Amino acid sequence: MITFKLNGREVQGEEGEYILEVAERYGVEIPTLCHHKALEPAGACRLCTVELFDGRRTRFVTACNYPIWEGMEVYTDTDEVRRGRKLIVELLLARCPEVPIIRRLAEDYGIEEPRFKKDEDDCILCGLCTRICERMGNGAISLAGRGVGLKVTTPFEIQSDLCMACGACVSVCPTGHIKLEEITKHTVKPIPSEYDMGLRGRKPIYVPYAQAVPNTPVIDRDTCMHFRTGECKICVQSCSAGAIDHAQQDEAIELRVGAIILAPGFQAFDPGRYEAYGYAENPNIVTSMEFERLLSASGPTMGHLVRPSDGKEPRRIAWVQCVGSRDVHRCDNAYCSSVCCMYAVKQAVIAKEHAGGELDCAIFYMDMRTHGKDFERYYNDARDKHGVRFIRSRIPAIETVKETGELLVPYVNEKERVVEERFDLVVLSVGLETAAEVVELAKKLGVQLTEGRFCKTDPFRPVATSREGIFVCGAFQGPKDIPQSVIEAGSAAAEAGALLSEGRNSLTLTREEPQERDCRGERLRVGVFVCRCGINIAGVVDVEAVRDYAASLPHVEYVADNLYTCSQDTQESLTEVIKEKNLNRIVVAACTPKTHEALFQETMANAGLNKYLFEMANIRNQDSWVHQEDPEAATAKAKDLVRMAVAKVTLLEPLREAELEVNQKALVVGGGVAGMTAARALSAQGYEVCLVERAQSLGGQARNLYRMWTGENIQERLEELIEAVQGDENIRVHLETELGNVEGFVGNFRTTLICRGKEEVVEHGIAVIATGAQELKPKEYLYGEDSRVVTHLELDRMFMNDESALRGIKRAVFIQCVGSREPERPYCSRVCCTHSIESALHLKELNPDMDVYILYRDIRTYGEREYLYRKARLAGILFIPFSLERKPRVSLGQGALKIDIWDPLLCQDIVMNSDLLVLAAAIVPYGDQKLARMFKVPLNEDGFFVEAHAKLGPSEFATDGVYLCGMAHYPKPIDESVAQAQAAVSRAVTLLARQKIKTSGTVAEVNPLYCSSCGVCVEVCPYKAPTMREQGPFAGKAEVNPVLCKGCGICVASCRSGAMSLKGFGNDQIMAMIAHM
Amino acid sequence: MIGAVEAEDTEPTGICEIDIVEKSMHDWQPKITAFLCHWCSYGAADLAGVSRLQYPPNFRIIRVPCSGRVSPKFILAAFRHGADGVWVSG
Repeated sequence: MITFKLNGREVQGEEGEYILEVAERYGVEIPTLCHHKALEPAGACRLCTVELFDGRRTRFVTACNYPIWEGMEVYTDTDEVRRGRKLIVELLLARCPEVPIIRRLAEDYGIEEPRFKKDEDDCILCGLCTRICERMGNGAISLAGRGVGLKVTTPFEIQSDLCMACGACVSVCPTGHIKLEEITKHTVKPIPSEYDMGLRGRKPIYVPYAQAVPNTPVIDRDTCMHFRTGECKICVQSCSAGAIDHAQQDEAIELRVGAIILAPGFQAFDPGRYEAYGYAENPNIVTSMEFERLLSASGPTMGHLVRPSDGKEPRRIAWVQCVGSRDVHRCDNAYCSSVCCMYAVKQAVIAKEHAGGELDCAIFYMDMRTHGKDFERYYNDARDKHGVRFIRSRIPAIETVKETGELLVPYVNEKERVVEERFDLVVLSVGLETAAEVVELAKKLGVQLTEGRFCKTDPFRPVATSREGIFVCGAFQGPKDIPQSVIEAGSAAAEAGALLSEGRNSLTLTREEPQERDCRGERLRVGVFVCRCGINIAGVVDVEAVRDYAASLPHVEYVADNLYTCSQDTQESLTEVIKEKNLNRIVVAACTPKTHEALFQETMANAGLNKYLFEMANIRNQDSWVHQEDPEAATAKAKDLVRMAVAKVTLLEPLREAELEVNQKALVVGGGVAGMTAARALSAQGYEVCLVERAQSLGGQARNLYRMWTGENIQERLEELIEAVQGDENIRVHLETELGNVEGFVGNFRTTLICRGKEEVVEHGIAVIATGAQELKPKEYLYGEDSRVVTHLELDRMFMNDESALRGIKRAVFIQCVGSREPERPYCSRVCCTHSIESALHLKELNPDMDVYILYRDIRTYGEREYLYRKARLAGILFIPFSLERKPRVSLGQGALKIDIWDPLLCQDIVMNSDLLVLAAAIVPYGDQKLARMFKVPLNEDGFFVEAHAKLGPSEFATDGVYLCGMAHYPKPIDESVAQAQAAVSRAVTLLARQKIKTSGTVAEVNPLYCSSCGVCVEVCPYKAPTMREQGPFAGKAEVNPVLCKGCGICVASCRSGAMSLKGFGNDQIMAMIAHM
Repeated sequence: MIGAVEAEDTEPTGICEIDIVEKSMHDWQPKITAFLCHWCSYGAADLAGVSRLQYPPNFRIIRVPCSGRVSPKFILAAFRHGADGVWVSG
């Protein structure tokens, strides 16, 4: 260790260190242009000149390459030093008068103009580029020439073959002198960031994206210079944790497993194959995946919507649908990708939100397929409220206007004329396809694929592949959106779980909960974490101001703002900060506790803090999102909310949680396909099930269905399922039974069943609601007035009875969307398009000469159902579109049904006679308010049950222990009902398998000394939690059973003696919030 | 907000006092304390955000586990601390 004086202060350094390094460590700034930590110093720029006193005399040395020695004295900022540096800067400025960094230095040293003759160079000959090139193991450039001719160049001053275009020289050059294109023979392009769809570059060593799990950098062997030349290793030198190991090898790990789940996902279609769209040539034609990044706050433009070519804000954007879907001419993806219509509508609405009203958004589509739950409403709002234009036309080509970079989109309008519109940006709604390597994987595993290269499955076992024990979920099973993928994930887990149920918990490791720190009696130390949520909060609220304000509040020890407080890396740093700063109360100002409280509480538990010492300030959902027009008021509100939260959190105390046994039986309500599948899946996992059906027999709506779109006979399969249920020892079937009453809560329900007047009570730990839906009885198109007008289910009944009259029909007409997508029922019934086409094809099979017409609004044969639509067109079935404003009119005329319809292609009314009119009647929910109230679960305005989360919790309710599947959730075909039933079971099993659960710590408690034994609490509690003590010193006083208590606090508000209090929502705590409002 | 509507609806009368009252009403911003049930109204307020419904920033929401938790004392306390209105929803 060497000790010397730096600006009069005693400092220490290691033998061999240079002055600059030591100074940096002690926070003493010395200017330099030619220094780089990874390179040997050269002393080239001379800017780091300092004054050295060796005991006898003073001299000037360059700090970057002067080794330290014992007893020396260094002065870095004397007048002499500054004078010397000023001269150096002046000389540099004379050489490079236009270089920004030099100009800034000149300003710092008070130089306006150099006294010397000005040159026009931009290289200061610091040699950083040549030194780094050598470090990269290359040496493609060097300093050549002499005297005034000295310069950085390649051998013979020609583009070098040796240069690998790694760009290290460019990245270190302080003046921007190096032009890689002049040095290398190779193409210069950034390494495209996979996460940003190539819209941004990344480094060879990178974290894939901010929320990646694990959040650890990886090295890309293809672009890392060490792997290309064997040199560099700068990362090894700079990683203080010593974590870099270039010698790591890929490992082959052999696992013995009982089941395999395939979830390889999809790849987006590459539109480069469509020459007519010019995607490869014009940067302003982007794919929907790229556009998604442009809209994202963590994307290349931070969510600022601009054109890639020139960074200008677009005023007109077009979406072109079905790129790489429903197309057998330019690619062989004949299927519909299912998700593109909805994502295009979403992108258009978000783009309009980002652009603030001035933006014109047009979507060019063939059929608008918004068949998901609540999607139709979103589509209607996009058109009516947000003004997104929807144009039904397939786009043949896109042309570029060279001068402006604008795009010309020709299309056929409603009047059958070809018109052209100009757009600044075109988004290609690319479809989903299975990647070649996944096809390869399927081959290796021996699982069969469909003609669209998706995994082949059976409608009654939608996630089982052709090979026993291998299951599939997500887009490899067929193109689908997030909710359906999540459902299938649960379904696959249930299937695999059934195979493995015997070995349950035999290989599990129990997570060790970190020891909780006892912080009672400690001084209050509040940590406040303010979230930016990308731009969701920071785009409106001044997050820094809120953070700084929080720091000024009493007891606040630590404040920080985070880009995404919920991200994995922030959770880790949060844990660290809590430990390091010894925080004992935490406030997170972010989104809503309804979605994120649990996550932050888990982090607190990991840091050894009781999770109830926590409060959230809702500055997103209830602030930045609802006051977008008034950033000042939103910021003021955020400060108020943080102040209130801090006031409350300081009064919170650590709470304990009670443990609760979970009854291992299940109740399934509804004996249709979904209910029966759920019962079977629960039984397969070893649980007893009580299956309740209100009808006289099992089967539900499937009893009325003829065959699947894939051709399977439904009745045969249904019989198999019913037999399996009836023969299952674990399942008790209760027919003609309804629910009378439900008591209790998660893990301990007591339900009263009523069967023909007789009551029976069953105890169960969980419940699955699978009550289904029914076909609408139409009130239009002469339904009920003429026997030739039938619904789908009625026609299926005729098929099943094989009625010969059907063969004699000359013309059959189908009308779609009867009662669906209407103002009073603004949802799509999802199954009717496929059902109509399947029935129409069957009519054609019965009588090939029959004329069959399908009158439709949008044909929604999503996924591989599209093949059926194509098959129908090839079979000669005619499709005529109509709009809600011009619905077909049905009347009786001369013995036949007369149908009038406006044909938009012919631009005239068509009148046709028909012997059979089939109405694709809507699927309507039972809207069972009583059941909803009994289980305390919500119904939506259409009457379907509302799941916990539309995307991430589609098969469960927000109410613990109650699960959802089948058409009670939303209209769906059999395969999707089966998948959701299995998914509901898989969610339920995660609870059942735990056997014990913890209740909340937020419960009421009684101070018996204050209790006046009035009994009001016992009276008002809906959960029967308070009772009067029968024994002990406080006999006659109230007490609360923490297991039954739901923490509503009604008893607390009602207690006239002030004996009751609610932990976590105490009087003092709420009063503190009011006082700090 | 209420003041703004009144100011627009009222015909000019020429009486100074009324003008002054109207002006101060126009600038006046009420402060409203909202006690919202965690399970319903608080969730609805979150949903309003998700749907980007815009409303005046005059509310300060206090989350309660149930509207039944709201004691009359809280309402009085809110008025005492300067609230112009109290909203209990659940």
